[in-house]
Amino acid sequence: MGLPDFGKYAFYVWTSYGIAAFVMIINLVLPMLKRKEILKTLNRKLRREQSKS
Amino acid sequence: MWLWFHKLGSPKYFYTLAGKLIPWFGWITLLLVLAGLYGGLILAPTDYQQGESYRIIYIHVPAAWMSLFIYIVMAICGAIGLIWKMKMADIIASSSAPIGAAFTFLALVTGSLWGKPMWGTWWTWDARLTSELILLFLYLGFMGLQSAIVDRRTAANACAVLALVGVVNIPIIHYSVEWWNTLHQGSTVMRMDKPAMDTRMLIPLLLMWLSSQFYYGTVLMMRARNEVLDRERDTGWVKELAMEGK
Repeated sequence: MGLPDFGKYAFYVWTSYGIAAFVMIINLVLPMLKRKEILKTLNRKLRREQSKS
Repeated sequence: MWLWFHKLGSPKYFYTLAGKLIPWFGWITLLLVLAGLYGGLILAPTDYQQGESYRIIYIHVPAAWMSLFIYIVMAICGAIGLIWKMKMADIIASSSAPIGAAFTFLALVTGSLWGKPMWGTWWTWDARLTSELILLFLYLGFMGLQSAIVDRRTAANACAVLALVGVVNIPIIHYSVEWWNTLHQGSTVMRMDKPAMDTRMLIPLLLMWLSSQFYYGTVLMMRARNEVLDRERDTGWVKELAMEGK
């Protein structure tokens, strides 16, 4: 099954869907990375404190 | 009900609950998007006036609806935050802003991509377009204000006031197509009588809208969880979580 053919509007339609997909995925990935980063930074900080005492 | 409300106000409870709900919301979003795309791009017939270009509405209309909906959520949270000093309200408002900005951006860009072949221009200072652009600036202003003020409570209060003042723009956007003689077409779905749209076109649109709601829920919970983690980093349970290396 191929992609549907939208004739002379294909560019506008597919660009819209492409941009939307990009924005939606970025918005999902960013908070995932952020969560990992928060926990990693905190983990490092706690380890430092532990090794000091 | 009240007990549940109080529990939800507890950061740890919220963090755990949201963690369980996020995968469910994510999968529901994906299923609805796939169904909506299949219905919208493959099953739905071609529009007799706009040809294939109308298929942009499956992104444009849900994005525009969400841009209004999320702003209203932020304004309500702002009011709750100002009146009852609930921290969760601030967290939900500030986590919503980037998502709302993303939907507003998409509504504007897809509108522009539709406007070029249909109206012959990427942009025009029409009432609907201009008020939606103002909405984008309100979102960006909210985010800027949030990050510019270091003290959390001051930032939350200032942002809450901004959200509440900006809410006057919402009815302006909604009614702009009726109040002014605009280029933007009037409403086809939200009408007193039945929607002026073929069911095969309408159902995918509603599916895409529903998927946007679930998407908003998913990302909102993800962002709110991060916010909770960040605010609670000095508490025992967050330290435990960080030491587990998860």
